[in-house]
Amino acid sequence: MALTRADIENIAQLARLQLNETEIPVYQQSLSSILDFVGELNRADTRGVEPMAHPLAGLAQRLRADVVTETDRHERYQANAPKVEASLYLVPKVIE
Amino acid sequence: MSASVHARTVAELAAGLKNKEFSSVELAKLYLDRVEASQPVLNAFVSVTRDAALAAAAEADRQLAAGKGGPLTGVPIAHKDIFCTDGVRTTCGSRMLDNFVAPYDATVVTKLKAAGAVMIGKTNMDEFAMGSSNETSYYGPVRNPWDTAMVPGGSSGGSAAAVGARLVPVATATDTGGSIRQPAALCGVTGIKPTYGRVSRYGMIAFASSLDQAGVIAASAEDAALVLGAMSGFDPNDSTSVDRPVPDYAASLNQPMKGLRIGLLKEFFEKGLDADVEKRIREALSVYQKLGAELKDVSLPSLPLSVPTYYVVAPAECSSNLARFDGVRFGHRCENPKDLTDLYRRSRGEGFGAEVKRRIMTGTYVLSAGYYDAYYIQAQKARQLINRDFERAFGEVDVLMGPTTPTPAFGLGAKTSDPITMYLNDIYTIGANLAGLPALSIPCGFVGGLPVGLQIVGPHFGEEKILSAAHAFQKETDWHRRLPEKYS
Repeated sequence: MALTRADIENIAQLARLQLNETEIPVYQQSLSSILDFVGELNRADTRGVEPMAHPLAGLAQRLRADVVTETDRHERYQANAPKVEASLYLVPKVIE
Repeated sequence: MSASVHARTVAELAAGLKNKEFSSVELAKLYLDRVEASQPVLNAFVSVTRDAALAAAAEADRQLAAGKGGPLTGVPIAHKDIFCTDGVRTTCGSRMLDNFVAPYDATVVTKLKAAGAVMIGKTNMDEFAMGSSNETSYYGPVRNPWDTAMVPGGSSGGSAAAVGARLVPVATATDTGGSIRQPAALCGVTGIKPTYGRVSRYGMIAFASSLDQAGVIAASAEDAALVLGAMSGFDPNDSTSVDRPVPDYAASLNQPMKGLRIGLLKEFFEKGLDADVEKRIREALSVYQKLGAELKDVSLPSLPLSVPTYYVVAPAECSSNLARFDGVRFGHRCENPKDLTDLYRRSRGEGFGAEVKRRIMTGTYVLSAGYYDAYYIQAQKARQLINRDFERAFGEVDVLMGPTTPTPAFGLGAKTSDPITMYLNDIYTIGANLAGLPALSIPCGFVGGLPVGLQIVGPHFGEEKILSAAHAFQKETDWHRRLPEKYS
């Protein structure tokens, strides 16, 4: 599978990754060879096989009572945020 | 304090503490000094927490003086820098989290603190645990204590090198495709990845959630059993945590090997296995034969699919998990973003290293419209085939054995140019992650001065089986007692 430059730009856009000019050909080459490598899976006979999502077969997700168990620690958590004002995370303007 | 204290196991250190041969503060200082002296060469640590360690050790000494405390009270430990540690920088080996100070402890950290273990620092690792050589860390590669021109393996390369050089007697680690067992093998130490769901992953930074599991790197199976027991158990904060009692692993170490049915995976002894590594493995197997175990050839025909399966499933899950790093709530943010998309794209482009970006993009591609069925669903089906092969094998044998890695440690830079060559390092370890099985690696000799690891895989929740088999081997051999000359 030979990916084009446009393919890489599209994947990077979907993944919200900015790539620089030198990175694009590197990923074009390595992602193409990875896809060739994993393409080997197409030769496996998987007719009638149930896809396996995780190793704990038959385990159901637990439910808990819908009650508040956490205390308000937003100041501590927001100490790691790049930009905060009045307990709000700041991002560039979204709506003009 | 006697000169060789650092060469002791956790069990021996705990006995020394109890007998007042040395204090926990003295022990913490001894290991902290070893860490600091080694750091310019081995680079096994990202953070060293001397002050907090000495305070925790003083508290352990008070406990011990009062006749309190358990088998880990006062024993130094290091945590892989993937585990959140309250108030301590937690980087996951990434520029993205260079300034991240965790606001809470991972459950593993809480449990080991409660057991009295004294954290001396956070170990270096491949960025977001993606790598097999510790060369993808933002903080630089770790070097192998047996030969500093060689890699320690990865992604838990810092934990493995630290225990290998006895900079710390034991360290936590994580394993998504071999990240405990492969570096343990390359650094000549014992490393166990328990059954999926056995140890809580709350506060352990996620890579591939259907595969990730926490475990231990230690000097012996006995130490691994002690520490694993203290880490394991149900945690309501982790939805994949299994609610099932934790056996006393340390108490069940002495099991007879007579009649133990050992399966030799045919696929592990085929092309690609270094001839000298194979010799060491066959010699190790003969030790089990002498103890009365039965060797039996087993074939898992779907096992050759495990590396390609992994390199669809793991990147897919990673692309989803790492979406949380958006430059908004924590982590790296770019300068002067012009709009929200620019903020996301440049923060992520700058914050993530080359291999992490490669995996995110691979995962994004295999999950994208038009490719999802061909890659992702097909890989999940192949995973089921591999899982069934293991189930069938455990109907015939008690444990599976084989090499942990195809070769001993390789040189720094030797495999960085071709990702697939690097990915194939985990050819023998990935199967256990895909099937969620417990597996460990123990040292079983040397090739050209570099350690070789024997891998033992058990059925689900068969930790006691693989630990007792490892312990039986370590009672007959002294490979696990060997230290690199510079650190002996």
